Amino acid sequence: MKTGFLFAGALMLATTAASAQTLRIGLLDDPDLLDPAPGKSFVGRIVFQSLCDKLVDISPDLKILPRLAVSWETTEDGKVITFKLRDGVTYQDGEKFDAASVKYNIERDKTMPESIRKSDLASVDSVDVIDPLTVRFNLKKPDSTLLAALTDRAGMMVAPEAAKQAGAKFGLNPVCSGPYKFVERVQQDHITLARNPNYWNAKAFSFDKIVFRTIPDSTARLESLRSGDLDIAERIEPTDVKELEAQKEFKVVGVTTLGYQGLTVNVANGPASKAPIGQDKRIRQALSLAIDRQGVMDAVFDGQFSPAGQPVPPVSPYYSDKFPPPTRDLEKAKALLKAAGVEHPVINVRYTTSSRAQKVMEVVQAMAAEAGIEIKLISTEFATQMKVQTDGDYEISFIGWSGRPDPDGNIYSFYVCGGGLNDSHYCNKDVDAILNDARLTTEVAARKALYEKFDAIALDELPIIYFYFEKWIWGSTAKLQGFVPNPDGMIRLEGVKLAQ
Amino acid sequence: MVPYVVRRVLTALPTIVIFACFVFLLQKLLPGDPVLAMAGEDRDPATIAALRIQYHLNDPLPVQFLRWAGDALRGDLGESLRNHDSVLHLITQKLPVTLELALLSTLFSVLIGIPAGILAAAKKGSVWDNLARGTALWGVSIPTFWFGIVLIIIVSVNLHLLPASGYAPISEDPWQNIRTMILPAFVLGNAQAGILMRHTRSAMLEVLRQDYVRTARAKGLPELRVVMAHAFRNALAPLVTVTAVLLGQLLAGAVLTEQVFSIPGFGKMLVDAVFNRDYAVVQGVALCTGVGFILLNLLADVAQLLLNPRLRSS
Repeated sequence: MKTGFLFAGALMLATTAASAQTLRIGLLDDPDLLDPAPGKSFVGRIVFQSLCDKLVDISPDLKILPRLAVSWETTEDGKVITFKLRDGVTYQDGEKFDAASVKYNIERDKTMPESIRKSDLASVDSVDVIDPLTVRFNLKKPDSTLLAALTDRAGMMVAPEAAKQAGAKFGLNPVCSGPYKFVERVQQDHITLARNPNYWNAKAFSFDKIVFRTIPDSTARLESLRSGDLDIAERIEPTDVKELEAQKEFKVVGVTTLGYQGLTVNVANGPASKAPIGQDKRIRQALSLAIDRQGVMDAVFDGQFSPAGQPVPPVSPYYSDKFPPPTRDLEKAKALLKAAGVEHPVINVRYTTSSRAQKVMEVVQAMAAEAGIEIKLISTEFATQMKVQTDGDYEISFIGWSGRPDPDGNIYSFYVCGGGLNDSHYCNKDVDAILNDARLTTEVAARKALYEKFDAIALDELPIIYFYFEKWIWGSTAKLQGFVPNPDGMIRLEGVKLAQ
Repeated sequence: MVPYVVRRVLTALPTIVIFACFVFLLQKLLPGDPVLAMAGEDRDPATIAALRIQYHLNDPLPVQFLRWAGDALRGDLGESLRNHDSVLHLITQKLPVTLELALLSTLFSVLIGIPAGILAAAKKGSVWDNLARGTALWGVSIPTFWFGIVLIIIVSVNLHLLPASGYAPISEDPWQNIRTMILPAFVLGNAQAGILMRHTRSAMLEVLRQDYVRTARAKGLPELRVVMAHAFRNALAPLVTVTAVLLGQLLAGAVLTEQVFSIPGFGKMLVDAVFNRDYAVVQGVALCTGVGFILLNLLADVAQLLLNPRLRSS
């Protein structure tokens, strides 16, 4: 009997220990406001992943998965999408999740002054509540990118009553419907979340507490993992991978991101575009051919990242095998420069201040010199680079894009005439027509054919020289089980646990 | 002494006003745009225009400054553009951390720098002197972030003696607080100890040359008593000023050390705020640091008065 008690006691202790687990995640940056509407930071999205549930999610192979919406149907003309919602879901403050709250959220995203979700939801004209568990999105025109947008912040549902009361300050004390609820935050230090016992799928989440810690220095983040102060660290430096892999107490997993790194060329944005590289595509082609992309990857990133030749990564169903990354061809590069009548062009390249960008550009500078191209490097702090880029005060800007699951997100605004992100001011009516068609086309093969038509033009004219695809690299304790890397870089905790 | 302190406080006020203007103008000179930073990667032009109006960023600079100054006088330092938290709240969250780190580092630097300086001066030209000067040079020249990482690898990763990073408020977990603060405070203190050692050494050498020291020695006083009671007491006055300046520098945050040890002090916040063009936060922290610096100088001057009777009569 006594032994029985002891055994039960030990069992209880063991289960308490197991269930009282905390997961400590090291982030590279400090998230901004914890409100999905004005939220802009990448690391903020990692926190939202546990804090705010969304209508739909995205799988590692970029398929749309049900989440708060269990199913959806699009009408023949593509202008109406009807979502069936999950029953019995409540927000973390007890408010019921229903069609009316979906309507509130979409309208909040579209009208709140600070919201930067407006462009994600630009195609949504209105939202109708059909019944408590059915909601209808009426679109201005068919939009094949909308579902992908709803897998991110535009599809995250915040508790309407709490949001109405807090207004713009909602992010200081967010209330959503995710598996973990907000506990506390110290800026630039940590964010703590605690288990939401009322979550509809609570049993799939094994941790009681999640602590996100901001450790911007990559060496410090790695050492915090190695000393046992962290369980997972995001964005491990590519050059640290081999060393960490060699230690059996740790694991390293990686997956190619949805974004790209590239050289944006100013082709028509103000006087700086009058430089030869902005005016003659042959010089841009020559520069692209002068770069040994794989060589740069090996020299700077220990071969962890991969060369790019188009705006979408290989994981996307819209990646085209017809446009592989260009291989280095110095003879052809020199011939192109000769044909352009500028055998020794001098090009100013701006890059954002970071040791990584600097190393990459120094290698590129040496490679380009072998083709007769002189590159002058100008290091610029990020906010300044954004400003000079929009103002057109640059010839080439070495800049990346974090990437979107739908190819439109990696292409459209960078290429259409007057596009919001089109800092090179490239404008080609044929390209506009193709990209607008692709937005209206939902069938994958037909859409892919359109993007290949686009690639044929864009990769010839090269307002953006695609350079390489980065990889998300996570380091974790070897005890971590069930973590599935996703190309969107998020940390999804469903089914993840720490072995005892 | 009270009139002296009142006079000093009154003369500090214009300094603070000029300082606030200066910081305000300097950050407006920075290229870049806070709204562009707020609008995120998508940079929707309509959102940008609306935000610029909402945060009065189209107003003329003097209007913007007067609005800020008026609010600041009423105790409202504004709101962070990045996360809508009140700047006062952010400062009260970070100030204790920064103060603790600054005080502990100064403690380390005083404990290392002053005895080393005294020893070097008392044994001028000896092995001890060279050793102390060499160590001081090493302390001043060694980059804090590198030293920090090396200490983390040795003390935290290999020996598992102290945590590699993180911070626990003293009110919640004093033991963990001390454990996380030792390494960063030591790294910073080490860098400053070198400076303090050199100042101590030269101040002591100056005093040790004085006639009254010779007299003390001639009286047959033990050397320790000559050095500590006669010489050091008189060398102390300039050291108080140097220590106050060193402490003041730490009030603005120690960015690199904070980064390496993930200490949530002023440094990281200030750098993030500058990068995001979060004007209100930069302004608030700069003001707070400036006032702190002026207060410290005032305290140092009062301490001088207490230490040096000759100053009191003038």
